Amino acid sequence: MVKNAVEIRGLRVVRGDRPVLDQLDVTIGGGVTGLLGPSGCGKSTLMRCLVGVQRVAGGTVSVFGRPAGSRGLRDKVGYVTQAASVYDDLTVAENLHFFARVLGVGSPEVDRVIEEVDLAGQRDRVVGRLSGGQRGRASLAVALLGTPDLLVLDEPTVGLDPVLRVELWALFHRLADAGTAVLVSSHVMDEAERCSRLLLMREGRIIADGTPAEIKEKAGVDDVESAFLAIVREDTA
Amino acid sequence: MSPRILGAVAGRVLVQLRRDHRTLAMLLVLPCALITLLWWMFEDTPIFDEVGPALLALFPFIVMFLVTSVTTLRERSGGTLERLLAMPMGKLDFLLGYGVAFGVVAAVQSVLAVGLSVTLLDLDVQGPVWLLTVVAVVDAVLGTALGLFVSAFAQTEFQAVQFMPLIVIPQILLCGLFVPRDQLPDALSVISDLLPLSYAVDAMTTLTTTTETGDVWVDLAVVAAFAVGALALGAATLRRRTP
Repeated sequence: MVKNAVEIRGLRVVRGDRPVLDQLDVTIGGGVTGLLGPSGCGKSTLMRCLVGVQRVAGGTVSVFGRPAGSRGLRDKVGYVTQAASVYDDLTVAENLHFFARVLGVGSPEVDRVIEEVDLAGQRDRVVGRLSGGQRGRASLAVALLGTPDLLVLDEPTVGLDPVLRVELWALFHRLADAGTAVLVSSHVMDEAERCSRLLLMREGRIIADGTPAEIKEKAGVDDVESAFLAIVREDTA
Repeated sequence: MSPRILGAVAGRVLVQLRRDHRTLAMLLVLPCALITLLWWMFEDTPIFDEVGPALLALFPFIVMFLVTSVTTLRERSGGTLERLLAMPMGKLDFLLGYGVAFGVVAAVQSVLAVGLSVTLLDLDVQGPVWLLTVVAVVDAVLGTALGLFVSAFAQTEFQAVQFMPLIVIPQILLCGLFVPRDQLPDALSVISDLLPLSYAVDAMTTLTTTTETGDVWVDLAVVAAFAVGALALGAATLRRRTP
């Protein structure tokens, strides 16, 4: 199990003249870490920093001891953006074969990840004709190719039916148990309970960090949503 | 740069094109139809022999410019480019992958257009016909390279298409198609010397009028150098880290 997959110190990101992230310090280890907060709070920006596609104004982001985005990390970090980043005019299998070739992994991997995201029945269908949830899963499958050591998933469960959401969370835990550090963002608080660790984020800062039980206990409430509210109130008071 | 990744990009672009029957038909049939129209317009005059070669240089350039600027813009806005750049994808793998795929399409397009011109339409070609196709392919790569470059400056496909009048039309006006390049006003003649399409058209014209190929290779080298320069500029606009 990886101790600290990600170490961030003094991270600062500025967009326009507004700081999106300011002096952010956080470490992310193994297990399934949930990054929760309202939309616009900087979750996606933080995730983009981890994969090295975000221009940063200051601070350091290191992943497995190396600067985020460096060459040696690019086949070790799987990344799923909020919008499904797959080619709409290719089939599920064609998309995966393409990304597999880019990553240098073989065809058995393609079959494996298609099974993992439960798209075997759609493998030869053009992605553009799939439902939104199926497209999202095709995009997720790309990130699973080659079993990355760190998986960064930006709102992967949006718009999915509850059965599928449960299945995906089970998949994230399976991957985490096998040694992959999984970071999942969500703005749906009820998903928080499924994480081994939570980072609550608001306006570019991390306002709480701990297991769901710790966070609820500290705020003295029964659910994460109320805990979030209590922490925000305390924070602004 | 990795041949495996470059090949993956080129293969994928070709599969995408194969899916898009309408675009494929336009790419392959339209140049032939337009050349035939031109031949018909100038029936029984020597003009077709004069402007035909220039047109054979224009088509691959214009078509590839448009197709590439729109497709790469789609990669940029659809998030696939960001995903690829977070993977072990070199910028050159990406650019040359596109260059190779569209180069292949341009080769097929040119074989059809050149074949039709020299057989059914009786275009007079003194030099080797295969070299005509080589010029067309290099020309297409130039269009691809410039298309990649401008896609960085457009936010929407609508804007990307509007780069055509800016980048392509001046080159068409000054390439010798309307007024021979040596008869242009001095200032325009200098500008014409700085535009890559002029050399492509020169090469085509030389091939149709003489059997001497020395000048053709020089012109070809100039077009290729422009294409490499545009690819380098295109690579500079591909940023791994974006705001």
